[in-house]
Amino acid sequence: MAGSIRIRAKLDGDVAEVKALMRHPMETGQRKDSAGNKIPAHFITQVKATSGGKTVMEAHWGAAVSQNPFLGFKIKGAKAGDVVKVEWLDNKGETGEGEAAIK
Amino acid sequence: MTRSRRSFLKIAGAAIAMGLMPLKLLADFMRPEKAMAATDLAGVFAELGAAEDSDQIDLQSPDIAENGAVVPVSVTSNLADTSKIYIVIEKNPNPLAAAFMIPEGTEAFVQTRVKVAQTCLVYAVVEAGGKLYKASRETKVTLGGCGG
Repeated sequence: MAGSIRIRAKLDGDVAEVKALMRHPMETGQRKDSAGNKIPAHFITQVKATSGGKTVMEAHWGAAVSQNPFLGFKIKGAKAGDVVKVEWLDNKGETGEGEAAIK
Repeated sequence: MTRSRRSFLKIAGAAIAMGLMPLKLLADFMRPEKAMAATDLAGVFAELGAAEDSDQIDLQSPDIAENGAVVPVSVTSNLADTSKIYIVIEKNPNPLAAAFMIPEGTEAFVQTRVKVAQTCLVYAVVEAGGKLYKASRETKVTLGGCGG
């Protein structure tokens, strides 16, 4: 599922503000469909962001993170052109990734 | 050892390695499994540890959320050596919604959107210098975010 993350990284001084939007249903496993059947849980469990070979953010999520999750964080000592890569893993073993250069 | 057995082992080993790769890739800090499985606030704090109230945590969340399925939350910690930030929603089925690791070189700030099942307190729990601190804010929900 490459390309399932939209990332914007904007430099302000030497701090880069990274905003990542992931495409994912984030199904809690507690909802039912119109026929009354439980919709199985399907949510991102782990997210990791790296830049220059270094981890800059890592998260463990539960099903309570909203659909099409948004993650914002700030990297200190960043330079324009540095690439930020974000990857996720969900409870079904599916993965997604995306990257963007800091502007 | 026969040739076919050896190649089988090779393929099996590669398959296992590939299957594990994403997990390995994302395993810098352990998932707080028990705290995430806890079904009430007391259970979350029993697993994470007791947290002291702090005015050095800036928790931003709406006073009133029209749609509980998408509630923006941001946390900024002004505590020295902040290493982790947790977002806990008091009355969700599993209150611990997210745990973030803040490596050195990353600001003690995180922004996301969470589901809030019903009107309740939203907690930001911060681990700094090996101790836990917390701040909370009430978010009123007019339309629930879970099971809805």
